[in-house]
Amino acid sequence: MKIHEYQAKEILRGYGIPVPKGRAAETPEEARKVAEEIGGKPIVVKAQIHAGGRGKGGGIRVVNSPAEAEKAAKEILGMTLVTHQTGPAGRVVRKILVEEGVEIKEELYLGVVMDRSRECPVIMVSREGGVEIEKIAAESPEKIVKEWVEPYVGLRPFQANKIGYELGFDPGQVGKLRSVVSGLYKTFYEKDCLLAEINPLVLTGGGDLIALDAKINFDDNGLFRHKEVAALRDLNEEAPLEIEASKYNLNYIKLDGNVGCMVNGAGLAMATMDIIKVFGAEPANFLDVGGGATVEMVKNGFKILMSDPAVKVVFINIFGGILRCDTLARGVTEAVEEVKVNVPIVVRLEGTNVEEGRKILRESGLNFTVASGMQEGAQKVVEALKTKG
Amino acid sequence: MSILVDENTKVVVQGITGNEGLFHTKQMTEYGTKVVAGVTPGKGGQKVEGVPVFNSVMEAVKSTGANASAIFVPPAFSADAIMEAADSGVSLVVCLTEGIPTLDMVMVRKYLKEKGTKLVGPNTPGIISPGKCKIGVMAGYIHKQGTVGIMSRSGTLTYEVVDQLTKKGIGQSTCVGIGGDQIIGLNYVDLLDLFEKDPGTEALIMIGEIGGTAEEEAAQFIEKHVKKPVVAFIAGLTAPPGRRMGHAGAIISGGKGTAGEKMKALEKAGVKVVRNPALVGSELSGLLKKA
Repeated sequence: MKIHEYQAKEILRGYGIPVPKGRAAETPEEARKVAEEIGGKPIVVKAQIHAGGRGKGGGIRVVNSPAEAEKAAKEILGMTLVTHQTGPAGRVVRKILVEEGVEIKEELYLGVVMDRSRECPVIMVSREGGVEIEKIAAESPEKIVKEWVEPYVGLRPFQANKIGYELGFDPGQVGKLRSVVSGLYKTFYEKDCLLAEINPLVLTGGGDLIALDAKINFDDNGLFRHKEVAALRDLNEEAPLEIEASKYNLNYIKLDGNVGCMVNGAGLAMATMDIIKVFGAEPANFLDVGGGATVEMVKNGFKILMSDPAVKVVFINIFGGILRCDTLARGVTEAVEEVKVNVPIVVRLEGTNVEEGRKILRESGLNFTVASGMQEGAQKVVEALKTKG
Repeated sequence: MSILVDENTKVVVQGITGNEGLFHTKQMTEYGTKVVAGVTPGKGGQKVEGVPVFNSVMEAVKSTGANASAIFVPPAFSADAIMEAADSGVSLVVCLTEGIPTLDMVMVRKYLKEKGTKLVGPNTPGIISPGKCKIGVMAGYIHKQGTVGIMSRSGTLTYEVVDQLTKKGIGQSTCVGIGGDQIIGLNYVDLLDLFEKDPGTEALIMIGEIGGTAEEEAAQFIEKHVKKPVVAFIAGLTAPPGRRMGHAGAIISGGKGTAGEKMKALEKAGVKVVRNPALVGSELSGLLKKA
């Protein structure tokens, strides 16, 4: 789960990490009030969306008075911000963060992320901050200092010191960095994060370190033990169909093609998208109704999939195991009867009770094209697209 | 022959009195798996499906000689269940649970390394040596005893491939679902090593997907240590970056973990990479005929 910058900064502040003075606002008037509270200049007004590249997209302004802050807020709030991470549709800005401007002497990168191959968290720091870590890793990997944390013992002070000296900091700065690094690791560990990142971490002229931007991604599997984190979810940042799907415990992801897919199991769902592409068409979505889908889940999944107007043909690919094909066929026929369907539906059923399942489809009187394998299914999907023109 | 589980495997089911545990205990027993014990704290002394229930795994192991565990407990309690199994001395733990916090698994892995316990999963359909033993939720009847070893991060996609093989009359030595999470137990490298050394396995199928670098690490291992033919399919060539594709571990992050990169690494290691998932079975059949 992702959260906004202002939310991430509030969490970091709670862990003793210095962040600029300020807070979120939803109206221009509120922005002006926050700027007045800060009581200095410059003031920075930042659009709050779950995507990077906001500055280039015009979502960040530096102003010199509360009146200017109000004006900037008026322009940013409600705008559709398009960045390299939002896709062409962009995101509507509903909140802004108003905070004090910070004097920047140097920009650092600081991040904690789960290292899957070493099976433990890794801390990464670089003096080449302000750009994406992937860019630093690709262009000058030697400029990234890494420190892996043994979860049994936690982050030891010597490790944080090591990082500081390796970066070439003087002893005073090393102490300040140690405090920020420890705070960020603690955040990562205590809140079940997969990524906790401060970029840039700014070194000011006065020698202080301040988190100028912050990003936290939480482990969805850990949310059950962090109700306070789960409450930070912003539904405005998610596609409506994906929210609908999550209500029924379905995994739906909207894509750019026109072949609607419904599959049981994540791996088979991806493989289905891939085979559609092999035969020259494009998937409209990823939809995993689960390895153990019920009639109800199949029905809901089908309805969600059909509410995407881009869908020109549907491919249902089910491999029943414990889950029986006749149960699935019933779910599909019930869904098709309820939803008005005017596109061709190709169904491939395999596994337990497959004959009963196919019989139900045949006798439903509905217009299904039955395929006997994944390949035949994909071929029939492409044929259906052609005949439709 | 087979790897990890066979006719001598004696299973204790943790969470045997829950819905899932109960249903699959029945399924596993019907398949011929020797389920010798169940564990649900506080319910010791009962019998379900003819299987004696104990309060702890240690008690179950002492009374029945169980040497493998199957875990069907909710995600919040799974880390504890895995560690309990390891502590009791079983050599193999199969954890079917989906949704265990990643940091819990970090701890589990460290603990298991100290104990020397092998873990399959979590978030896996389990492991099956056809005709001998099944610990998991896969449908037994689609499998056939034979000489192809399968390892996979996915459930139904594995059924798909197994079905392709069985319909061609090609059987399997052992099929292992390594799990769809970020931090898992046995990985491709561990299994490649076991399959390579297993005289009952002639050829291997590796089913991978986007996210992480497990497939790249497997490619390096294959290049150096695996002589048996390997066919691979990597799911997610069409998956968008930054999105979690169902499995917690199936995500392209920071441009890393794409299907394309994984295919390239495997091809470089001499693996036959199939781009059409419907053709994995026929590709393997072709390789077997050549050999």
